[in-house]
Amino acid sequence: MADTGSTFDEMLARSDQPRPPYESYFQWFANEDLKDLRRKSREAEAFFRRIGITFNVYGQDEADERLIPFDIVPRIISAREWATLERGIEQRVRAINAFLHDIYHRQEILRAGRIPKEIISKNTAFLPEMIGVNPPGGVYTHIVGTDLVRTGENEFFVLEDNARTPSGVSYMLENRETMLQMFPELFSQLKVRPVSAYPQLLRRSLADCAPEGLTDRPTVAVLTPGIHNSAYFEHAFLADQMGAELVESHDLVVENGRVAMRTTQGYHPIDVLYRRVDDDYLDPLTFNPDSLLGVPGIMDVYRAGNITIANAPGTGIADDKALYSYMPDIVEFYTGERAILQNVPTWRCSEADSLAYVLDHLSDLVVKEVHGSGGYGMLVGPAASKKEIAAFEKKLRARPSNYIAQPTLALSTVPILSKAGLAPRHVDLRPFVLVSPNKVEITPGGLTRVALKKGSLVVNSSQGGGTKDTWVLGD
Amino acid sequence: MSSPIRLAITHVTTYSYDQPVHYALQQLRLVPRSGHGQTVLDWSSTITGGTKQASFSDQFVNHTELVKVDAGATRIEIRSEGTVEVEDNHGIIGTHKGFAPLWLFENPTPTTSPGPAIRALARQLRAEQDGADTLAQLHALSAMILSQVSYETGRTNSDTTAESALTAGHGVCQDHAHIMIAAARLLGHPARYVSGYLMMNDRVDQDASHAWCEVWTEALGWVGFDVSNGISPDARYVRVATGRDYRDAAPIMGIRQGPGDEHLQVSLQVQQ
Repeated sequence: MADTGSTFDEMLARSDQPRPPYESYFQWFANEDLKDLRRKSREAEAFFRRIGITFNVYGQDEADERLIPFDIVPRIISAREWATLERGIEQRVRAINAFLHDIYHRQEILRAGRIPKEIISKNTAFLPEMIGVNPPGGVYTHIVGTDLVRTGENEFFVLEDNARTPSGVSYMLENRETMLQMFPELFSQLKVRPVSAYPQLLRRSLADCAPEGLTDRPTVAVLTPGIHNSAYFEHAFLADQMGAELVESHDLVVENGRVAMRTTQGYHPIDVLYRRVDDDYLDPLTFNPDSLLGVPGIMDVYRAGNITIANAPGTGIADDKALYSYMPDIVEFYTGERAILQNVPTWRCSEADSLAYVLDHLSDLVVKEVHGSGGYGMLVGPAASKKEIAAFEKKLRARPSNYIAQPTLALSTVPILSKAGLAPRHVDLRPFVLVSPNKVEITPGGLTRVALKKGSLVVNSSQGGGTKDTWVLGD
Repeated sequence: MSSPIRLAITHVTTYSYDQPVHYALQQLRLVPRSGHGQTVLDWSSTITGGTKQASFSDQFVNHTELVKVDAGATRIEIRSEGTVEVEDNHGIIGTHKGFAPLWLFENPTPTTSPGPAIRALARQLRAEQDGADTLAQLHALSAMILSQVSYETGRTNSDTTAESALTAGHGVCQDHAHIMIAAARLLGHPARYVSGYLMMNDRVDQDASHAWCEVWTEALGWVGFDVSNGISPDARYVRVATGRDYRDAAPIMGIRQGPGDEHLQVSLQVQQ
């Protein structure tokens, strides 16, 4: 895909002089031998292969395991930039939690007419079973992965809120681990804020959300659909790093009013279940009766207040793409403040005027499925052939309310190490946010995804994207 | 208004299993609540062969309990009994309460989603009742359903959809309620399913627990319609649970792991 307009390069925005956060790195790089760096790059890849971070690619005939490419040039964010992002993300995440509580209780935002009723009433992500439920500690989104993109010095946009089960945090941790091994000297020169405490913070944050009065030391477990899930590595990795049990549905039963796991010493009750199983599969007694991945009765134990499910069921309504366009209103409605982080302008194809505009400008726009994720089923207008656009237009006309459209943003670039040296590639950023009753914690850093193909704007790992380590500098 | 009557209800459900149970759960919605013209004077539920695990109020404010069948049991008995005083409000339940928004009862569910037969029924009603007020239309709808779908037991089951029962032309109270709900929603009225008890005048032993529906009207709020009996509920009706369809309000929903068959036996007495 061709770049539209001028692109902001985070290392070399204006000239051959690096922007301030990259100065030290740039100097260091200038003195390095390219051959050495390429060797280190290969070593990094071997390291990832050895520890087994791989990724199942959906949408291929054989879901083969593939390594997500890693680029050894870090993405660097200054302390000042990070402070703004942090404030903006915290504001947004607090608003999302207030919204979720409201939408499953009095629905004041609908009564006030700030968002149309149909966005909720026609939405399959709205779970009636959550109506009137008060999750322990009042927390709905224990873990959020806010996707951000940048288009200029001070221009950051939220692309997606990922309020159900954000994945990718294992890459953030392993990328840093790898960089520390490859380039220890860089970390002694630059004040890079650590991310390694994430698993401990995650554990503590989840434990702080345990139902009150059950135990002094909450038991946390990670529920995985199993080894065939594309993110199984991450489930196992996080459980291991947190010191939590990794469980599958057949390990769990309802016992003494709790959800308990079978152990060699009998049943052990679970206080907080970090589940990586989708809502619909979570409980065959309440949701999809054919599910084999869930725990029958867990929704009953949950609604009786005797387990925490993270993230809460029904949070998907907050990261629905049709709702996304209302996020600035949602932030204002619940916080009384203007949104610190901008939304990408969004056309709702459910609205006749917007649909007409979108149909006229398909070759300039990105069109996404309202409930889609992972870059599947989307049209990237500028990169699409006439045939692809025509085929997509048919789908769009058939079900307009299933789509939203956004301009193709000129995503910022950060250089990667290419054969010829540094070469700019488009990036996004997913910081990881932990929410507990008393605080919102954002790990300084996150997952930087990079479109490895020259000029490409699609960073999804399922679509040929790679990752980079993300450095947030201390003051 | 006539004076309230007092109904004594004893509802015993027994599941017998061919083989000792390995793991089974039952979700119960069997406890009536006071309000809407009924007062629960006393109520108790007793489980033999199982243990209560959780109790909560669900999204429709139904009192819900989760019961686990004791491991190795070959039989579980769920005994639900008590006394309820009921006024005759001519089926009028009135204002909408609880957090569940009214629009939730406008959306079709898999069981109540309209097909050609339900659409034809709604068209027929519109043609015949053009200009009539909402309440008269709904009573006419109820009568039309009863004339088109004869009450016959044993030919439909709890998974039968409104559309297929209407097409088949026979069903039980659950099917009548589902058809009325599907048609009422199609006509633009929020509608909900009610499971509960009915004291039939000529007998103490009732065949089964009863089901009917309620439709929301601007003028009166929720109004009950018992299609099977061609009336609106009176003082002989005890409301136990409500929802969008049977699945939300079912008295008992179960899940069982392991081989073997199960046999259900229900005994129900409702008397004054």
